[in-house]
Amino acid sequence: MKTNASVPFYLKWVPKGRTVAIAAPFIFLLVFFMIPFFVVMQISVVDPRLGIPPYTEMLQWADGALSLKFNFEHYVNVLTDEMYFDAYLCSLQVAAITTVICLLIGYPAAYFIARSKPETRNVLLMAIMLPFWTSYLIRVYAWIGILKDQGLLNNFLLWAHVIHEPLRLFHTNTAVYIGMVYSYLPYLILPLYAHLVRMDYTLLEAAHDLGARPWKAFVTITIPMSMRGIIAGSLLVFIPSVGEYVIPEILGGADNLMVGRLMWDDFFNNMDWPVASAATAIMVMLLLVPIALFQHMQSKSIEEGAV
Amino acid sequence: MKPNRTMSRVFLTFTFLFLYLPILSIVVYSFNESKLVTVWSGFSLKWYAALADDTELTQAAWLSLRIAVGAACVSVFIGTWIGFVLARYRRFSGKTLFTGMVNAPLVLPEVIQAMSLLLLFVALQKWTGWPSGRGIFTILVGHVMLCVSYVAITVQARLAGMNPALAEAAQDLGATPIKVFVDITLPMISQALVSGWLLSFTISLDNVVMSAFLSGPGSTVLPLVIFSRVRLGLNPEIHALGTIFIVVVSIVVVVNNSFMQKRMRQRDQDIKNALSPV
Repeated sequence: MKTNASVPFYLKWVPKGRTVAIAAPFIFLLVFFMIPFFVVMQISVVDPRLGIPPYTEMLQWADGALSLKFNFEHYVNVLTDEMYFDAYLCSLQVAAITTVICLLIGYPAAYFIARSKPETRNVLLMAIMLPFWTSYLIRVYAWIGILKDQGLLNNFLLWAHVIHEPLRLFHTNTAVYIGMVYSYLPYLILPLYAHLVRMDYTLLEAAHDLGARPWKAFVTITIPMSMRGIIAGSLLVFIPSVGEYVIPEILGGADNLMVGRLMWDDFFNNMDWPVASAATAIMVMLLLVPIALFQHMQSKSIEEGAV
Repeated sequence: MKPNRTMSRVFLTFTFLFLYLPILSIVVYSFNESKLVTVWSGFSLKWYAALADDTELTQAAWLSLRIAVGAACVSVFIGTWIGFVLARYRRFSGKTLFTGMVNAPLVLPEVIQAMSLLLLFVALQKWTGWPSGRGIFTILVGHVMLCVSYVAITVQARLAGMNPALAEAAQDLGATPIKVFVDITLPMISQALVSGWLLSFTISLDNVVMSAFLSGPGSTVLPLVIFSRVRLGLNPEIHALGTIFIVVVSIVVVVNNSFMQKRMRQRDQDIKNALSPV
């Protein structure tokens, strides 16, 4: 802030319009997004107790002295606990496989939509977005009716004589994958489409004229030029998948222990808030690099004025 | 050089079947007479009647609708403000942190955000006595936190595509900043505001994780009721409720979209007319 001699000293401290305009939403985000993480960190280093709230204080008055009590044992517990360790692995694996399947389906879909006529393009894009708007919970629920032992898929396959006894799908990891790909697919298609539709396709013609086969032109031109869309879309699928709770809870079996479910259990059923907090903090650390990458790509596209 | 048309058609057909079959199955089987949801035994509207008599569901739905309207309005207000800051102020201290706090909620697993918000409210209550317990207010804040980023990003994109000369011209002609905002900027971003409002509304209406962490006794919202029943398996009443959701959302989204496209075409036409010599 520029100091101006003619301004009385007390007015210097009254914030200007610009400062207020920025500070108000800034403080809102700090209070409801950033500070909660510090609270989580704080609770992850104290002890659980019976009571409300179910954890001890970090700062305690005892015998007229203020004492600071904290320990990292919950982190050690979570990291050495086989159940949690497996849950992190399982979550990362489910998220990675989901992302790959979404790419295999979503890339061609986004490409074909981007290459269709402008009038059909809008209709198709709308059709991709519409399920994204309708209740996510209901759409995941719909898969129970399809995947059950006596569900629509098994009935159809039995009727078509493809199989002779029903496939066991509901309450398995296959069902979880189907539900995850189904729910997250639009998140991948939309950013990819945004990149593919702006691509200059005369480059492909030039490559063709110079003798490149369509496949080679695709690998050397189309894929590199849509790389940012691929990364942005993959991150939009991968990061939230790691902490997914609803889909494994509804479609997965009791043996599917993704970390979101385990945390939920520790929090609500075991009332062990410090351990749940430590598990959350570890998950944030695991996701810090992908989130930073996502943030980097987002702010780049914000600067370029295109999202 | 166009991609193979047959291949493109076949692939897109399968993708859309994958996306729409589950939705279709919900709608069709909501009219099924049998309690066994996947066995068709005849057309009936009885599950819709059962839905109307289910006080637990209707009460939760009413509460959820009110929270969703509130969350959507607050999200649009704060989200627009954030979008403005992102679009207008190129540089300020802490901008990286600011954009980080806007972008991270788009991808952060909801369990993390929900648990940390709950712990904040618990700690706040312990130190200041406010908010006393969890309820409508805490759910509202949670839902707003899920939605503001979407609104902020859409508004920012819309503003970035706007010609700044318009606002400057108005200012040069003596309009106050508030008048410029109301008369010029607001109409130009109104589409982004409408879609942001609708998206926030639907997010709030079927959010499970945030609602579960931030609800208290007596504030059981609709998604929590649905979720607790869905956990027990198929339920024809949920099919009926889902169908209502699907039909309403489809109509609103399609109408909003075609209206937006019509307005966009109209605007292009107006610009063309204004520029062409008479």
